[in-house]
Amino acid sequence: MSAQDIEATAGPAFPSIDRGRLVSTLGVLTGVALLLVFVAAPLITIFLKSLQNDSGTFVGLDNFVRYFSSAGLIQSLFNSVQIALTVTVIACGLAFGYAYALTRTCMPFRGLFRAIAMIPILAPSLLSAIALIYLFGNQGMIRELLFGNSVYGPIGIVLGITFYVFPHVLMIMVTALSSADARLYEAAEAMGTSRWRVFWTITVPGARYGLISAGFVVFTLTITDFGVPKVIGGNFNVLATDIYKQVVGQQSFSMGAVVGLILLFPAILSFSVDRIVRKRQVAQMSARAVPYAPQPSKGRDRAFFVFCSLVSVFLIGILGTAVFASLVTYWPYNLSLTLAHYDFNAIDPNGWSSFTNSLEMAAWTALIGTCVIFLGAYFVEKADTLPFARGLLHMLAMIPMAVPGLVLGLAYVFFFSTPTNPLSGLYGTMAILVLSTVVHFYTVAHLSFVTALKQLDKEFEAVSASLKVPAYKTMLRVHVPICLPLILNVAIYLFLNAMTTVSAAVFLYAPDTKLASIAVLNMDDVGDQAPASAMAIMIVLTSVSVKLLQVVVTRSLLARSSAWRNRETA
Amino acid sequence: MGTVSKTFGRVVGLAAAAALATTLSVSARETITVYTAVEPEELQGFAEAFQADNSDYEIQWVRDSTGVITAKLLAEGENSPADIVWGLAATSLLMMAERGMLEAYAPAGVEKLSPALMDKQDPPRWVGQRAWVASVCVNTYEAEAKGLPMPATWEDLTKPVYKGHIIMPNPASSGTGFLDVSSWMQIWGEEKAWDFMDRLHENIGIYSHSGSAPCKMAGRGEYPIGISFAYKGAQLKGEGAPVEVVAPSEGLGWDLESFAILKSAKNKAGAKALADWSVTERANRMYNEAYAVVAMPGIATPVEHFPANIEEKMIDNDFAWAAENRARILEEWEKRYGSKSAPK
Repeated sequence: MSAQDIEATAGPAFPSIDRGRLVSTLGVLTGVALLLVFVAAPLITIFLKSLQNDSGTFVGLDNFVRYFSSAGLIQSLFNSVQIALTVTVIACGLAFGYAYALTRTCMPFRGLFRAIAMIPILAPSLLSAIALIYLFGNQGMIRELLFGNSVYGPIGIVLGITFYVFPHVLMIMVTALSSADARLYEAAEAMGTSRWRVFWTITVPGARYGLISAGFVVFTLTITDFGVPKVIGGNFNVLATDIYKQVVGQQSFSMGAVVGLILLFPAILSFSVDRIVRKRQVAQMSARAVPYAPQPSKGRDRAFFVFCSLVSVFLIGILGTAVFASLVTYWPYNLSLTLAHYDFNAIDPNGWSSFTNSLEMAAWTALIGTCVIFLGAYFVEKADTLPFARGLLHMLAMIPMAVPGLVLGLAYVFFFSTPTNPLSGLYGTMAILVLSTVVHFYTVAHLSFVTALKQLDKEFEAVSASLKVPAYKTMLRVHVPICLPLILNVAIYLFLNAMTTVSAAVFLYAPDTKLASIAVLNMDDVGDQAPASAMAIMIVLTSVSVKLLQVVVTRSLLARSSAWRNRETA
Repeated sequence: MGTVSKTFGRVVGLAAAAALATTLSVSARETITVYTAVEPEELQGFAEAFQADNSDYEIQWVRDSTGVITAKLLAEGENSPADIVWGLAATSLLMMAERGMLEAYAPAGVEKLSPALMDKQDPPRWVGQRAWVASVCVNTYEAEAKGLPMPATWEDLTKPVYKGHIIMPNPASSGTGFLDVSSWMQIWGEEKAWDFMDRLHENIGIYSHSGSAPCKMAGRGEYPIGISFAYKGAQLKGEGAPVEVVAPSEGLGWDLESFAILKSAKNKAGAKALADWSVTERANRMYNEAYAVVAMPGIATPVEHFPANIEEKMIDNDFAWAAENRARILEEWEKRYGSKSAPK
């Protein structure tokens, strides 16, 4: 008789445990149902759409055959892969050096450099493309640096996306380099190993999983980003702009669905490799490992200081240019400064309301998203029933990461705008924007929570069960407080992404729910780059304030609710 | 403590009353949801004028580019919140008419409009408001600096001197871009048009994704010559940009900003009220403030900064031909120019 069987037979004698089971069963099933409706069903709809022609007749694989036989696709596919590989190499190289400087040197101002590196995460990806036009365009301030090459095309896309993905890669690299076993380095030193050899035989292998993982994250982000190539891509076609051309330029949803599904392949591939790699990383640090602490070294620290300063100049330069662009009256002929581009009510029929809509959407996304994703992760990790359904829940939660925002948005349109769908009432509401954004960023938040909950001893539940404390009380009194800093982190992550996201929302917004990031896209589209920059800067300012607020709140929260963390120092 | 909570209660009560009052005063006017591709800066004026004449209704705009609005409407189908589409390309409305999404309705006074500028069915499913006409925007400051002569014809644009200086909308992304391509084919026939575009392609710096961007880019000197439409150029010139609007002599492509009531409209009465207002002389005079060619004959006055006699240069545009052949033309276009890997 296994332990479970004993529990099962003993069940009826403990009604409180039984009720707990009922709650977890319901929780798991609700989670599965929600993700089936909001993740799986829309994706199935878009898949079906790709097998139909534009009037809705089933045509099998005709659309795919048509697309693959056109010369354009091969070129776009090739271009997309080429760009993604280039950005991956450049961004990973830069981020590795930067992360190395932050974790393995005694370079001064490391905190400041870490903060500067986060700049791109606070802005919509269009911002970098617009700024690059002001810098390197045909009227650009420093276009000579490109030696006659045009910024419109691969150069602009690579620069723009490198800016946009940098913080994402950096965070992974910093994590990978943070955990190193000092004993290995001591041994190497004792044996008189050269620094170069230490780097290649200890440092790089130790961080290799992080490197691979970072590489795949950049690859996916690059291949699915649509804002940068749209603004600065010129004639250089990539898959993400092909979707736009099919859907917006030619109103061919079937073909849009086809390109969307093609775009899924690299994303799914890189995602699966990433999962496999991450699984292997678990047993990296043994229990006896001694954390590595860098020793000062003048030459090295100076060199890295120079390197990080250069990268920071690039990051700040882009943001600074966008600020400048938003303040100049008429570039490049009238350089007097003005705040007129911030007078959105005079420029756009939605005016400032798109900004307040964004705030509202981001707040709901953070609130609902954090609660739902935390509960989902909790049931996956801590429920003691329905192992199959829990596995399914976890698997469904993994899908969104592999789905480009544009594809998700399109899938939502197809699924929710069908009048026969009982949920079609959601279409055109703020709720659907919140839902799509929560789903779009679900995976990362889910994984963070699962990881955190995994680290909590199962004994908490065992003890509460034996004390007949209902599971939800244990959750509220133990799991939530322990995870509080992470919960706040996830909420901020969702908030920032909701402020900056364009791709999923572009097809979903309605008259009264237009977002600031969409306004940036629209204003740039009609050539109003100055007001577009101004709105992007408003988004950055909001993000910065929220980030600062987070620092303050986290500090006071940690001081109050988690005094137990400080027991060793007390 | 007590006073605080009392004050608080009073404030909340007042706020609630104020909110209620606002809701009531707003709901006195019924909302019409209008999808539009009209330039954002014009919308406020149109809404105010319509609402001044119709105190029962209030317009709620959903404004986006022609492509996005069309795609949205087609995707939403019967579930669209839109009551009426207003100021959208006739080419787009043709697609919707074909799918049976539009309600035939003859607005009161529609007989005063030029019959060539509306649906041939009676009652019409869509009615034209005003035409936007292809034109070339030239940045005079940059042209002088770079020694570029002022072009007068489409053919001029293929001269080697303009190499890399021209920007035009990509016909696969933008309705304005397709309007240019289809007009060249209607002027010269397909074969000669492809030959022309082969040579023009050599001079194109980049193809943009939007129809108005080329003119704005020309205004900023990013590319000195932008193939776009007259309104945008005239507007920029009015704002003081160093731009000249040129209407090539071979003929100009054009499309109609038109309106159509949706079968799925929830507020049909409101949609009809706006349709009726949109064919009035007052509305047509307003259309004329920015566009030279409007649906009501005989009332248009020349628009400042527009090329002269633009109406005479407009080609005899066959919308049905353009719609039927669009997919085929775009496929060929993509094959010839779409996969150009790097800008020149």
